[in-house]
Order: sequence, then structure tokens, then C-alpha cells
Amino acid sequence: MQLEMHMDGDVTIIAVAGSLDSATAPGLRQYLEEMVSGRGPVLLDLSRMSCLSSAGLRVLLVMCRQAERNAARLTLANVPADARQVMAATGFLEFFTVADTVAAGVQELAA
Amino acid sequence: MKLAAVPALASPARAQQLPERIDAYPTHQIGGFAVRAGHPLPFGATPVPGGINFSVYSNHATAMTLVLFRRGEPQPVAELPFPPSFRTGGVYAMTVFGLDAETCEYGYRADGPYRPHDGHRFDPGKILLDPYARLIGGAEQWGIRRDAGDQYPYRAQIPCDDFDWEDDRPLNRPPCDLVIYELHVRGFTRHPSSGVSCPGTYAALTEKIPYLRELGINCVELMPVFEYDELDNPRSDPAAGRRLYDYWGYNPLGFFAPKAAYAATARYGLAVDEFKNMVKRLHKAGIEVLLDVVFNHTAEGDERGPVISFRGLDNATYYMLAGGGQYYNFSGTGNTLNCNHPVVRGFVLDCLRYWVTQFHIDGFRFDLAAILGRAPDGSVLANPPLLESLAHDPVLRDCKLIAEAWDAAGLYQVGSFPGYGRWSEWNGRYRDAVRRFLKGDQGAVAELATRLAGSADLYYQRGPAATVNFVTAHDGFTLQDLVSYDHKHNEANGEGNRDGDNANLSWNCGHEGPADDPQIRALRNRQARNALLMLLSSEGIPMLLAGDEAGRTQQGNNNAYCHDGPMTWFDWDLVRRNADLLRFARLAIAFRQEHPVLRHGAPARSGQQDNALPAISWHGVRAWTPDWAHHGRLLAVMRYAGHGGMRDCVYLAANSHWEAHSLELPALPDGLAWHLFADTAAQPPAEIHEPGREPPLHDQTQARIGPRSVLVLTARLPGQREQR
Repeated sequence: MQLEMHMDGDVTIIAVAGSLDSATAPGLRQYLEEMVSGRGPVLLDLSRMSCLSSAGLRVLLVMCRQAERNAARLTLANVPADARQVMAATGFLEFFTVADTVAAGVQELAA
Repeated sequence: MKLAAVPALASPARAQQLPERIDAYPTHQIGGFAVRAGHPLPFGATPVPGGINFSVYSNHATAMTLVLFRRGEPQPVAELPFPPSFRTGGVYAMTVFGLDAETCEYGYRADGPYRPHDGHRFDPGKILLDPYARLIGGAEQWGIRRDAGDQYPYRAQIPCDDFDWEDDRPLNRPPCDLVIYELHVRGFTRHPSSGVSCPGTYAALTEKIPYLRELGINCVELMPVFEYDELDNPRSDPAAGRRLYDYWGYNPLGFFAPKAAYAATARYGLAVDEFKNMVKRLHKAGIEVLLDVVFNHTAEGDERGPVISFRGLDNATYYMLAGGGQYYNFSGTGNTLNCNHPVVRGFVLDCLRYWVTQFHIDGFRFDLAAILGRAPDGSVLANPPLLESLAHDPVLRDCKLIAEAWDAAGLYQVGSFPGYGRWSEWNGRYRDAVRRFLKGDQGAVAELATRLAGSADLYYQRGPAATVNFVTAHDGFTLQDLVSYDHKHNEANGEGNRDGDNANLSWNCGHEGPADDPQIRALRNRQARNALLMLLSSEGIPMLLAGDEAGRTQQGNNNAYCHDGPMTWFDWDLVRRNADLLRFARLAIAFRQEHPVLRHGAPARSGQQDNALPAISWHGVRAWTPDWAHHGRLLAVMRYAGHGGMRDCVYLAANSHWEAHSLELPALPDGLAWHLFADTAAQPPAEIHEPGREPPLHDQTQARIGPRSVLVLTARLPGQREQR
């Protein structure tokens, strides 16, 4: 898994590339913990995420919960179709704020 | 002490953190892993700080080894024998540090005597599935297995158990308010016409919730969902040459694991989450979830069967054995689970508690439950400890417990199942009585009366909540086939049509199988409606077979356990083609929900009634004059409850005679008037009305009932909608 970060206005955009699973999830978690604790809204661009496992899904949800607790905002963008189906089938999808594109997500977060 | 670095299975997160518990430090190195003596409870594999705790028991094993795999790899990563100091009684427990639950699979080798004559069949050459495995890998895709040569084809995995239920809990509906809908998870949505994103899965069932709500059922009973092997059928269809399956799944491999091939997300290891989401969504829609559970046998068969789990861990404990170590076969499948052995009792209880607490299951239907009342030697117990435990367990206190109160060795306990005032039963006698009446048998009226009124001859003590009424179930004809076939047609099952019940009490209405004759078709439509209306107007808990509301057929096959195809899949085009039948079923369900008098027989007969009419009364062609004669073919029942100005009155007449009759109607008090809810002799859509909008009868003194028809009236003040 590789992470790339850049800013769009106030919004921190983090692009996740590669597999998000039990081996890589702790890394993302550590990275995000700082991001969702008071540095403004965060958008995760998942367009290059190749695989999402149970542990990966959980890290996303834990971060979402963490963001809620900190009154921060976290949006997922470009969720790959099969990952989206996994999220829908397991009910996780309804817990996330999801945008179709990075631009749409940024617009929503900036609003 | 240094943590072992086993890259294949190491958990990157936990390896780097300092443990927060003082027992989270290893004391031993075994097989290259850092370990310490584990917690004997709970049984199974449980994530703990820094690692995973493994606990397994066997009273007759002499040694145990934990076998670890990386997910999907054929060879083990490590084998970790339990040192003697890690054993408490017959329980072997070890915490293994630095393991990643997501990528780890595990099994056990159990050593001990191999003396089949004494019941012991230990073989340390076999790798055994943990009976407490909560997720099982190796069969994620329906009908596809990993290599036949795999030494350990069904592998225990460790799912996450942190599903977010929010405020969901079991619904705890009063039993008599239930309308149960029995369905097969795969068959319900596997047909290409289902229009769902992942056909045949838990997620697909979730997508079909709007259909279930529209129909009005409030409880689904899922045919077996514990992991089983659908390929465990050596036969093929002789005509088509197709392989046959064990499609129904009454063949459990692992009692704690939801069937992975029913999960759209199984390859991501998310079957548990997907199942839980399904239950949560069903609950949100007001629908309870019952599981059809098989605790009478396992998939290991008799002595010729495979060694998967129980046989290798403690054969003499888990199975009922005759002298000489032979397997008793009360289940008809080769072996019988030794369910009243104290150890197995504990296992069953652990399992049911798990499903209730972790999956929020509302209740269970126990397959061949009469076996659960047998002692280890097979004799029938008057006071079976297992059934008593389940009846009184605090975790299960509010669960529905439903027995299929017979077994495959001739024990038939309908009405006499040891119920502890708590168990309900599939009422096989209800099914038979309604079928006999429906086909026009003589001598069927008196028993029909008893069955419509809650089978008090069987359940006087427990009341109508004890009787689960049904006309059809997965086992036997569908409703459409019940009115289209005199005989079973099971040739495709590969047993020369010898399998399946011969006593179907069915009638083909004049032609065997599909018919073009409009009169025959009209009669079948009427007979199906007659059955639905009687079922949904009976005291007790009604159960519908999924698809019957839309006229599903199995082409006369009454034992379709082995077919995974159009014969057993719900064809959703039927919903459109038979929209009038579906509407009829929907309104008959709605009518039941509108009329407490149909559901709550017992309270209606208690005090504080205005007694304007009897709570239940029987009628014939003449009011107040039922005809109990042997040649009688007509019966009417009126139910009434009135208190505090609320009055609820329903009159049902059923005529299995081939001629029409004029019925004298009971006179009604205080300006109440008869309104017509349903008359199956009328042409759809006039054969049934929206509850609360029934038209009044022009003639309040008599009504015509058509040949082989059912008529349902309700009484209320003219011009008023139904009082609720």
C-alpha cells in the first residue's frame, strides 16, 4: 500500500494505492489518526485501491468513527465497484460518506 | 522474551506495540511461535491482546497439536504441540502471539487410541476442524472445492466479531402474531429473474426485503445456514446426466460458521458481517429470523464417511454408538449426534447462545428434533436434559424454539414432544388434516375443526402458540404441486422415484401435471386459495413455503433436496404471472393481522367478554348446526371477541363438496352486519377484498358457498371501517 497526500483548499486528500488488508491497515490507521484529529476535513481517494479486506474495511470505519468523535469529516471518493459492493453487502456503506469523484467530495467537504 | 518473527502470519500491528496486559507476554517458544498457556474458556479461537487464544477439548485424547496455515496454502506454516502444562482436564489451551487473525487458518491433530470397537477413532495423521470454528474457509464458492488432495479441505478461520449492531435486538414478537416464511437462502434469489446484484446470497435476501414486507410476512425461517458440503451427493440425474447436490444443507460441517458460499463477500472473509447485516436489515423491516438447525447428525456419516472434526476429536462422545462401536442411525444419514451426552449438551447450548448473542437470531427450528430426546443408547427419554436446558436457558429465554417432532427411525412426537411449556412444534397433523379435507376425503371435517382451532387435543396445556401450522414445507410438494399431482415424480433424484414420501394426500384436480384445460386450472387456483385461507385463518402460528404465494412448482418432485437449478429456485417471473395469487396471499396475511380473534384464541376466551356471541362456534348449512357426519364435507367456524366496545368477528366456511350450498348465517347482535372478505369461488380480483373495505352482504341471512370453496366473512357496523 502507498499513500500520497495533497491539499485542496482546507481538504486533505489522501490517495490510497494497493491492497488495504490486515498487513497494511495499521499503517493507514496510524497515518490517518493524525489527519482526522483536528486538521480539517479529509478525503480518501480509493481509485487505486486494489483490494479491500475485512481488516481494511474496519480501519476505514474506525477512522470514520474517530472523525465523528472529533467532529471532523471524512469522505471516501472513487470507491472501486467491487469494494463498494462489499461495503453494501455488509452494511458498512451506510456508515460512510461516499462521493463519486474527488472533485465532488471536495465540494461537499468544503461546503 | 523475544517475539517470534514468522513473516507469513505475523501481525504487523501487534508485533510493534507493547502489550498492555501482563499476561500478554509469551512464556514459551513452540514451532517458532511465541506462546503461553492459554485461557481454557471460551472454546474456539479468540483474538486476545497480542495474539490469538486457542482452546479445544477432548476427554479421550492423549495429546493435541495446533496446526497453523497461511490462508489458502496447502502446507502448514507450523505445528504446535500443546505441552502438558497447557492442559486443564480435557481442555487444551494456548495463546499464540503475533498471529494475524485475517490471514491465519488453523486446525488440530488429536492423538489417542484407535479402537473402533470401543468407539475411539483417533488418528493424528488427520488435521481436524475445530467444532467451534466461527468461519470456515475452503468452500467460499458454491459447488467449487480446493484441490481434492488437500489434507485439510475445511479450514477454521477467525472472523471479526465487532459488527456494529447499533440498537438492534431480537424483535420478540408474540408467537401467535408470527407469519413464518420458510426459505432457502440460495434458492430464493439464485434464479436469473431475481434481479439482485449477487444472486443466491445473504446480501441478495437483504435486497428482497421490500418484497417480504409487501407480502406481509413478519418472520423468515432460513433452511440450514451452518457450513455444509453441497457436493456431498454421489448421485446424478439419470436423464440429464447432471450432477446432483446436497442443496438443502441438512448436513452440517461446522455449527458455528455461516455457510460461506451464501455470502457475496466470502472471498474477503466477510460472511459473518454479511449475515449480520442481513439480520439487522430484516429486523429493521420488522421481520424476525429463525434458523433451521440440524443437531441430530453431522456430515461425517457412518464409519465409511470422512474424518472432518468430531470423529477425530472424540468419536465416543459426539456420536451415539451401539455395542461394538457402530453408529446408530436415527437420522437416516449414517450417524446420530449424541445430544444428551453432557459434553454435547454443552456444545449445543454454546452454539445456540452464540447465534443469539452474536447474530441476534430470534429463534430456531430443530430438524428431526425427536432425536434430541434420545439417550446415548438411543432410548427415548421422558425428561431429556438437553431439551430441558434449552427451555430454561436465560440467553435463550425469549427465543422461539420449534421442534420437528419426529425422527427418521419412527419416533413421532407431535403433541407429545417434551416441551416444558416452552417448545412449539411443526404440526404434521395440521398439514395432513387440511390436505385430506382439501382433496375431498370423507371423515375429514371433525379433525379439520380441531386443527383450525389450534389443535387443543395436542396442545391444550401450551395453547395455540405451540402449533406451527402449515400445509406445505420444503419437504414435500409445493402448494401448486399439491393441487397438480396425485403422485410424486422424483425420477430426477436418481433413485428410481423410490425416495420421498408416498403419502402426500394430494389431488391433481383431474389431470396429472401441467394442464391447459381452463376448468382444471381454475379449480387448482381455487384449491390453492382455499389452502392459504384456511391456513391464515387458523389459530396457531402459520408457516408459508417461499414461492407458494406465487404458484411455484417443482414439477411434482416432493423431495427436491438434491437439485440446484430452476426446479428449486424461485422464478421471480411468477410474481408477475401469478400476480392475482400473490395479491390473494398478501390480503389473507393482512386480514389475519387485522383480526386478533384469529391469532389470540386463548385470551379471547377469557373473562371480561361481552358474550354477545360465543368465542368460537361451529356451523353448517344451518347456522349453529355443524354436520359432524362421516360423509360431511362442509364446515363453518365463527370466532368472536368483544370487550370495551371493540368487537372482532370472523366467520369462515369451507366446502370440499363438488356442489355449491346455501349457508344460513348466524344472526349478529347490535346492528353488526356481515361483510365479504373472501370467496374463493369468485373470479379474481373479486375473490378477495382489502381488509377494512369488504363490501356488505346484500342478504344478511344467507350466503352461497361454491363448490370446493372457502368463504370468509367479517362482521362490523355497516359503513364503518374495521375496528382494530
